[in-house]
Amino acid sequence: MIIHHPLLGPRDSAEFTYLGDANLIDRPDWQDKKAADKFYEYQYLRNNPAGEHQELWYHEAGDRSWLVVTRNTVTHEITKVELARDVARARGRSK
Amino acid sequence: MHDLVPLTPLGGDSAQSETIRNVTISEMPDFAYASMAMRLGRKTGFQRAAKKATGISPPPPGESAAIKVGKGMLTIFWTGADQWMVEAPYASHFDLAAQLGSTVKDNASVTEQNDGWARFDLTGDDCVSVLERLSAADSAGMQAGAVTRTTIEHLGCFLLCRKAATHFSVICPRSGAASMYHALLTMAQSAL
Amino acid sequence: MSDAMTGLNRLDGGLIDRSAELNFRFDGKSLEGYGGDTLASALLANGVRLMGRSFKYHRPRGVLSAGAEEPNAIVALREGAFTEPNTRATTAELFDGLVARSQNRWPSLAFDAMAVNDIMSDFLTAGFYYKTFMWPAKFWEKIYEPIIRHAAGLGALSGMSDPDCYDKGFLHCDLLIIGAGPAGLAAALTAGRSGARVIIADEDFLPGGRLNAETIAVGDAAGAEWAAQVAAELASMPNVRLMTRTTVIGAFDHGIYGAVERVTDHLATAPDGTARQVLWRIYSKRSILCAGSIERPIAFANNDRPGIMQAGALRAYANRWAVAAASEVAVFTNNDDGHRTASDLAAKGVKVTAIIDTRADAPDHGDAEVLAGACVTDSRGRLGLSKIKVRSADGSQRWIKCGALGVSGGWNPNVHLTCHQRGRPVWNEAIAAFVPGAVGPVGLSSAGAASGMFSTAAALTGGAVAAVNALGEIGIKAKAMAMPEAEDAPVSITAFWHVTGKGRAWLDQQNDVTVKDVKLAHQENFQSVEHLKRYTTLGMATDQGKTSNIAGLAVMAEIAGKTIPEVGTTIYRPPYTPTAIGAFGGRSRDETFRPVRLTPSHKWASEQGAVFVEVGMWMRAQWFPQAGETEWRQSVDREVLATRRSVGVCDVTTLGKIDVQGADAATFLNRIYCNGFAKLPVGKTRYGLMLREDGIVMDDGTTARLGETQFVMTTTTANAVGVFRHMEFARQCLWPDLDVQIISTTEAWAQFAVAGPNSRKVLEKIVDPAFDISNDAFPFMACGEITVCGGLRARLFRISFSGELAYEIAVPTRYGDALIRRLMEAGEEFDITPYGMEALGVMRIEKGHAAGNELNGTTTALNLGLGRMVSKTKDSIGSILSEREGLTRDDALIQVGFKPVDPNDPVVAGSHLMNIDDPANAAHDQGYITSAAYSPCLESSIGIGFLENGATRKGEIIRAMNPVEGSEIMVEVVSAHFVDPEGERLRA
Repeated sequence: MIIHHPLLGPRDSAEFTYLGDANLIDRPDWQDKKAADKFYEYQYLRNNPAGEHQELWYHEAGDRSWLVVTRNTVTHEITKVELARDVARARGRSK
Repeated sequence: MHDLVPLTPLGGDSAQSETIRNVTISEMPDFAYASMAMRLGRKTGFQRAAKKATGISPPPPGESAAIKVGKGMLTIFWTGADQWMVEAPYASHFDLAAQLGSTVKDNASVTEQNDGWARFDLTGDDCVSVLERLSAADSAGMQAGAVTRTTIEHLGCFLLCRKAATHFSVICPRSGAASMYHALLTMAQSAL
Repeated sequence: MSDAMTGLNRLDGGLIDRSAELNFRFDGKSLEGYGGDTLASALLANGVRLMGRSFKYHRPRGVLSAGAEEPNAIVALREGAFTEPNTRATTAELFDGLVARSQNRWPSLAFDAMAVNDIMSDFLTAGFYYKTFMWPAKFWEKIYEPIIRHAAGLGALSGMSDPDCYDKGFLHCDLLIIGAGPAGLAAALTAGRSGARVIIADEDFLPGGRLNAETIAVGDAAGAEWAAQVAAELASMPNVRLMTRTTVIGAFDHGIYGAVERVTDHLATAPDGTARQVLWRIYSKRSILCAGSIERPIAFANNDRPGIMQAGALRAYANRWAVAAASEVAVFTNNDDGHRTASDLAAKGVKVTAIIDTRADAPDHGDAEVLAGACVTDSRGRLGLSKIKVRSADGSQRWIKCGALGVSGGWNPNVHLTCHQRGRPVWNEAIAAFVPGAVGPVGLSSAGAASGMFSTAAALTGGAVAAVNALGEIGIKAKAMAMPEAEDAPVSITAFWHVTGKGRAWLDQQNDVTVKDVKLAHQENFQSVEHLKRYTTLGMATDQGKTSNIAGLAVMAEIAGKTIPEVGTTIYRPPYTPTAIGAFGGRSRDETFRPVRLTPSHKWASEQGAVFVEVGMWMRAQWFPQAGETEWRQSVDREVLATRRSVGVCDVTTLGKIDVQGADAATFLNRIYCNGFAKLPVGKTRYGLMLREDGIVMDDGTTARLGETQFVMTTTTANAVGVFRHMEFARQCLWPDLDVQIISTTEAWAQFAVAGPNSRKVLEKIVDPAFDISNDAFPFMACGEITVCGGLRARLFRISFSGELAYEIAVPTRYGDALIRRLMEAGEEFDITPYGMEALGVMRIEKGHAAGNELNGTTTALNLGLGRMVSKTKDSIGSILSEREGLTRDDALIQVGFKPVDPNDPVVAGSHLMNIDDPANAAHDQGYITSAAYSPCLESSIGIGFLENGATRKGEIIRAMNPVEGSEIMVEVVSAHFVDPEGERLRA
C-alpha cells in the first residue's frame, strides 16, 4: 500500500510497522479510581471494524514518525494520514 | 594527541573503491556526523543558532543544504520531525558534535554520530541503473540535493543525490558496511 | 514450401531471422530453427507435433496455443541444475544449444506406459481420490500415499541448488501500460509524447501483440511493421521505458504492480554476475491494462489430439513464424474471426479442407468450403491428428481429412489483473465474454481487446484515449493523436461451448478435466464455481485455466439452468503466470540472506582465531580457542576462570545504546522504566527494568546520566529496535509535550567490558591521568565522559554483567580496533584474557542475572524476583496492569537457581520441574529452567529458572524433566546468585 506521509509524500507501507487501533493513544490516567478496569479495556478491547479504521503506523524505515492512518480495512483505501503527535495533542495528550 | 590508529568502516587502513563499467563505488570514511534535534518550543532560537553554527539554515524534509567549509563541504539534511543530520569533513570537524553543541546550546539535543555511519559514493553515468535494483527510492527522479531514507538489502540508510543521475551517496549503519559494499558491487555487476 | 534443412513445414515470410540458424535438441533429437522462433514454432517447423503427455490420463498432446496460456506443450528446459520444469514451449525463445525434454511420460513420449490411466478413465474421474484409497486405513501411509506421490505431479525439479541469481528492482512512473499490442503501443506513444514518465511492459520478446500474428495493416504498413516503428520511437524517448520479456504478474494496492523481467532466459549462458531475472516493484500513478485476449476452444469428443489448436494460434504460426502446422488444415468456429485463419493459411499456400461453423447463418469463404450450422463430433490420430468427424446441419456425418484443426470458440479478454483485488468481471452478451468490471484496482483502466474492444481500430483509438484520460486524472495534459486507419470489423459470434455426444470432451487440457467431470461435479452438488474448480481441479494447473475457465463455468451454467453471469468466475490471483521462487527471493539467499553486522573488534578477533556466532545479524566472538584446546568447553572454562581470577575483556558493542536528551529526559525515563529514574544523579548509572503495558517485562538494561539533560540507555541486543520503537510511541503519542529527544547510538561507539579483580589496574594504564577512577572517585555504578590514550574522547561506565569488578569503556567506533589492541597490551602483565559470548553467558548465569531467556515475554518483575522495583508512586508503563490478580498470585513463579544433586548430571535449559512425589504431567508442572551452563567456578553444571514459590523452597530437591530427550535429573533449589552473592567483588 502507499501511505501519503504528511511531510514526505507517498511512501511504500513496507517502510512502516503497524501497531493497531489509534485508540492506543488514549492511555488512561493511572490515578483514576477505576484505573485497573480502564487499563484492561485500553490494552485488550478493540472494535476491529470491517470498514473505516483509524490506526497507528510507525515509519521505522523512514523518519521514525508515528502516523494515524484512516484506512478502510476492506478496500485498503486510505483517506487520511496525520502525524500522530498532532492527533495526540488534539485528543488532549500533553505531558 | 592520542596515537590510536582508526580503521575505515570496511576495516582497512585506507578507503576502498572499485569501478564496474561506468560506475565507481567508493568508501568515503573521512566525514564526521552529528544529529541535532530541536527541543520543544525553541524554533526561533534553534533556527538562529543552527545557522550560526553551520552557516546554513536547516532544510525542509527531502532536501539537503550544503556549504563550503575549508577543503570540503558541510551538508545538512532533514532526518525526522525537528531533527537534522550534519555531515562535515572529518579532518576539520572530527569533534563536530561538540562544535555544534557549543553554539546551539539548549536549543537542541546534539549527538555525536561520527562512527555510526559508513558513506559509499556512487559516481558515473549509470548510477541509476544500479540504484533502481537496490532501493525503492525514485533515484531516477532525484535532483541534486534530494535526500531520502531508504532500505538497501535490508539495511536502513540515507540516499543523497549530490548530482542528478551521476553522483549519489549511500549512508548506512557502520556495522553493515561490508554487506552494503558487497551489495553495491554485486548489483553494479548485474545491472550494468 | 518444405525445406529439409530448416524444417519440413516452413512457409515464406514470417518475422523470423533466417540468417540465425539455431541448433537445439528435443528428447535427445537434434533439430534446427531460426532466430525469432519459439521452441514450439521450431518443433512444428520440424514436423514434431507430439510435445507432451497429459497430467492424469497421459494422453498424447501437442501445442494448443502460441502464447503463455499453453496447457499442453510443457517441457523441462535446460539441464542439470539449470533445469526448469513446466516451461511452456510456446514462450521459450529458441537459442543455439537449447535442450528440452518432454515431461510426464515413461519411457518415452511416443510410448508412455502410464497411458494405462486413459483406459482406466472411468474410475479416475474428477474427485476420484475423495472416494478411493480409503480402505484399509492403515494402507494409506505406507502404500497408497507413496504410489500417488510417485504418479502425481507434472514435471520434476532438478533437486539441485538454483545456480542462477535473481535481482529485485524498483521503478516509478506516471503511467504503466501492461501489454505492447496495438492498444498498448498507441497508449504509450500518446503518453510518451506528452513527456510523462511511462513504462510499457510486454511478456513477449517482440512488441506488437496480435499485430505480429495477423496480416492486418495499420495505415500503410503491415501491422508488425507499424509495431516495430512505434517500438523504435518509444525506445528513443528518455521518459519511456519499453520492457520486453517482462510479465506484469500482479496488481497490488494503490498502483503497485509486480513484474518479472526475463533478462537471460533467451541466452545459452548468462554473463557472469548478471541476474537471470529481475522482479520489479513498479509504483504507478495510473495504469492501463492492454493485455489483449485469449482465444477459447470449443469442446468436442477427442478435441485434445496433437494438431488441434486455437484458430488464432494456427495462423500465428503461419504468419509470424512461417510454419504450416500441417499441409491440410480445417477450421472449427462459432464466430467470424475463425475464418481469418482460413484466409491467412490459404494465402500461404496451405490447403484448407473445410470451415465448420456452428452458426446456421455462417458467411461464405472464398478459399474453403463452409459447413454452416455444423460441428465437429470426433477426431482420429492418437499421436497426431489425421481426420475429424463432422455433423452437418442436416444431421449427416462425414470424416474430413486434416493434419491440423484451428478451433475458435471466441476470445476472452485478459481481465486477470483487474480482478486481483477481489474485483469481478462482468458478462458482455454481445461478445459472449467477460470484460473488466466497474470496480478494480485503483487507477487501472483498460483498452483494446482486454476491455472487450476487439477490432484493431478500436484498440488503437482506445489505447490513445485511455492514455489521455489517465494522464488527465493526474494533471498531465496529453494530446489525443489520430491513429492510422485499421480494420474495424464488428464481433460476430454465437455462443457455443461444447458439442454434445459420446466420448470425452476436454475443457482443461492440463489437468485433464472434461465436460463429463463438470456434470459429475454438478451431480455431487459441487455447483458453485468455487466448488466446481476445486472438485474437478479445472483451472488449477500451471496455466491457471486460461483456456478452460470460461468454458467450464459455461457448461456448469447450462447444466444448472443458470446464466453465465449467475455462475460467475473464481477469483484470479497473482502471479499471472508461474514465477520462479528464486525471483521472489532475489539476493536474499545463502550467505547474503541478510546483512551481516560486524563489531569494531571483528578484524582483531579473527586474527586471534575466534570462533564466531550469529546473534541476530551480528557476528560475535563466541570463544577464543588457544593452542592445544580441542573442545569448546576448554576455551570457555579457561576464559571464565581467567576473568574471575584476574581480568578479561569482551566486545559488548552490540547492545543497543540510545541517547536520551532534553529538559524532560529524566521524567520520560521515569515513565518508561518501572523503577525510579527521576532522581538519578549526574555521573551515576542505574539498572532499569522496562515493562510492557500489560505488565510483562519487555527489556532491561542500564541507563547512565552523563549530564543534567543527557542520558545513555542500554538495551539488550535483541530488543534494541523494539525498545526504540516503543519509546518513540511514548514520546509522540502518549506524552507529546515532554521535551525529550532520542536517537540510537549503538553503531557510533565501540564498547568493551573489562572485568575482573585487575580490571581497574588495566584501565588506569589507558585512562588519561586527569580522570580519577579509584574506587572512591569512581564507585560502583559511576559513569562519565573521559579521555584515553592521550586525548581520545571516551565514556566509562562502572557496571558489571559478570559480577566481577568491571567497567565498560566506549570510544568512537573507528578506534575500536585500536582500543582492543591497546587494552590487550596494557593487560598483558595481568594475563588479560579475551572472552566471548559463551563465557559471558556462563558468568551471568553464575551471577543469576536475567537475560533474554528469562525475559521471554511471559515473565513479570515479580517472576524475576524484582517485584519491589515496580514503583507504585509514579506513572510508568505497565505498572497498573502488573498488579492484576493473575500476575500477583501467591504461588507465582519465582526465579531461583538449580544445582544437580549428582555433579556429573548436566542441567538442561527447557527442563520442566516436578515435585518428586507428583505424577509427571502438565497439571503438576512447577516451573521450568531457562538457562543452564557448566560453571568452572563451582565445578558443576548449574541453571536458573522459574519455580512456583521458589523463594521459599531453597534446599528442596526436585525433578528436572526433559521429556523431549527422555531424560531427567534431580536438582537442588538454590539461590540464583551462585558466585559472590553479597556483591563484594562488584564494589571492590
